[in-house]
Amino acid sequence: MKKLLILSGKGGTGKTTVASAFVKFFDNYIFADCDVDAPNLHLVLAKENKPITNDFYGLEKAVIDEDECIGCGECYNKCRFDAIEKMVTSFKVDEFACEGCSVCHLVCPVGAVKMIDDVAGELMLYNKDMIFSTAKLKMGRGNSGKLVTEVKKQLPADTSERIAVIDGSPGIGCPVIASISGVDFVLIVAEPSLSGMSDMERILKTANIFQTKVAVCINKYDTCVEIAQKIEEYCKDNNIAFVGKIPYDKSVSKAINAGKTIADVDCKARDSLMNVFSNTVSLII
Amino acid sequence: MKIAIPVDEKRMDSPVCISFGRTPFFMFYDTQTKEATYFDNSAFNTQGGAGIKASQMIVDEKADVLITLRCGENAAQVLKDSVKIYKSIEGNAKENIDAFENGKLNLLTEIHPGFHNHG
Amino acid sequence: MKIAILSGKGGTGKTFASVNLACVAQKAVYLDCDVEEPNGHLFFNPQNITKQKTTVLLPEINNDKCDGCRKCVDFCKFNALAFVSGKVKVFDEICHSCSGCFLICPQKAIEEKPKQIGMVQTGYFNNVKVVTGIMNAGEASGVPIIKDVLKMSDDDALTVIDCPPGSACTVMESIESADFCVIVAEPTVFGVHNFLMVYELVTLLKKPFGVIVNKVESFENQMKELCDKNQINIIEQIPYSYELAKLTSMGKIAVEESEEIKKMFVNILEKIKSEVKG
Repeated sequence: MKKLLILSGKGGTGKTTVASAFVKFFDNYIFADCDVDAPNLHLVLAKENKPITNDFYGLEKAVIDEDECIGCGECYNKCRFDAIEKMVTSFKVDEFACEGCSVCHLVCPVGAVKMIDDVAGELMLYNKDMIFSTAKLKMGRGNSGKLVTEVKKQLPADTSERIAVIDGSPGIGCPVIASISGVDFVLIVAEPSLSGMSDMERILKTANIFQTKVAVCINKYDTCVEIAQKIEEYCKDNNIAFVGKIPYDKSVSKAINAGKTIADVDCKARDSLMNVFSNTVSLII
Repeated sequence: MKIAIPVDEKRMDSPVCISFGRTPFFMFYDTQTKEATYFDNSAFNTQGGAGIKASQMIVDEKADVLITLRCGENAAQVLKDSVKIYKSIEGNAKENIDAFENGKLNLLTEIHPGFHNHG
Repeated sequence: MKIAILSGKGGTGKTFASVNLACVAQKAVYLDCDVEEPNGHLFFNPQNITKQKTTVLLPEINNDKCDGCRKCVDFCKFNALAFVSGKVKVFDEICHSCSGCFLICPQKAIEEKPKQIGMVQTGYFNNVKVVTGIMNAGEASGVPIIKDVLKMSDDDALTVIDCPPGSACTVMESIESADFCVIVAEPTVFGVHNFLMVYELVTLLKKPFGVIVNKVESFENQMKELCDKNQINIIEQIPYSYELAKLTSMGKIAVEESEEIKKMFVNILEKIKSEVKG
């Protein structure tokens, strides 16, 4: 099974909008949402379904036993992450700042610090009429790279010719790197703005490290035709496949709000997106 | 000679795991005694640096050869001085060992940049 | 006064709001804490830039003193150390700089050396001191850079903190010292869903906050419905406008180009000030 990853670098460009429409166009309903910080795909493609859930364990976190703590402050002095707070007669770990390094556990003279398993998120698998893998990272947690890998692992690994759509996360950091690895094709959704172009270039650099096949499309291109043109030229100059552009269309938000994808609504955006889809698929096969 | 292979299950005909750092088990096969022992991979559920931790175990167990589908650059750094890395082919662990003993496997040359999974 | 601008997802208009808010103040400091993808500087094009490195401490092993006991390798929770060919090897980009190996080594064979992971650039645009945090690609965490950015605020100026999107540890670090939080949200079903995540964060940290609903269109405004239902303070609703979108795409500062937008942001700033005082 081949994997198509949709990335953008910048948030709000329309990754999820494009990804959800592509799932409908492919009509095989095998897909994943790797944006574990802010997953959205389930809102348009799995609204009424209930997933199988599993706890995701991140790093262990430190916990100080108030009764055993003698208030010496060794943990507070040694913590590199400002994760220990001074209370009246003892010290307390800030679970959001704690990185699980266990230095406090090491230096505590009375063994008052324990390292415990921490549920950092929830993995979800929707398997009724679809195979949809997604997850949600708990607030303040930073281990998204591993959770992204777990999300991808829930997808079937067969030798069929089917193509699975993966909605990626914004940015260029670890979760993005984790989502790129092992993927057959990356489609970058670019926004025609200075910020959008700058972020598109950063994400292209990242995809390049993995030598993955890449293509670019522009969403809401008519909000700034000049920069849209610059992006097209950039792709041409750098030998990057350009697979089309989609106009800004009010029907899109209306559809999403109604729990539909663009594929379900007859509009200009749909036609353009269909074009982007065909161009992308012809490059994957 | 001792051969290490990441495997999904603890048996000779187990599929070779597609991941190195996060394989559930490692098989260590002794070509002389023709015996296989299985170890749980302590890096299986680790937050980050899985490749490093897994390859530390391979080195500590004094494996001469590792047969794997892929390997990250950090893991390769740990392995390079003492372990030769070969690319696995389609087939289960036993089939890969046979292929290796018949000189049919190639050295793994594409080392990927790794996932740098961490918090 | 420190105002943090955040949102559950990217692309809602955090930077748009932060940049314009900073520009309507008498004197302001703009802190770009989105160190992975800093964008504010594209609008300000700040001058007289000074740079400052952000470094973290990494372990350096003295092989003469090391006796191969491997206590450091076994201790490291991040697997950043390996024992290879009789030596301890450090994997820099995995290391979280916790100093555990340094503390545990019985031979005191480990020293800590600084390594650069990013930088903070400070420049000026009119009445705004523009501070941009930039993280080197592939580094473990942007938090040390954010900490350095936050140090650049001035007591006699309005500090506007442009936060990273989401609700991860980097966001928490960014809003920690804020007096007031502005959550920018889109009036769509995605917007509401992502607002709720950040709402949870802001409530947990007991921060006073208000909402700016951005890109409002003629059809149903799901954010307004939610806020009305839960008595959440809406500071302003900004309608979607092609002109505004285009201005912003071109990197122009809206309050400099439009009197109407300037009035709106002056009004937003006044509302926030009275919230903080009252």
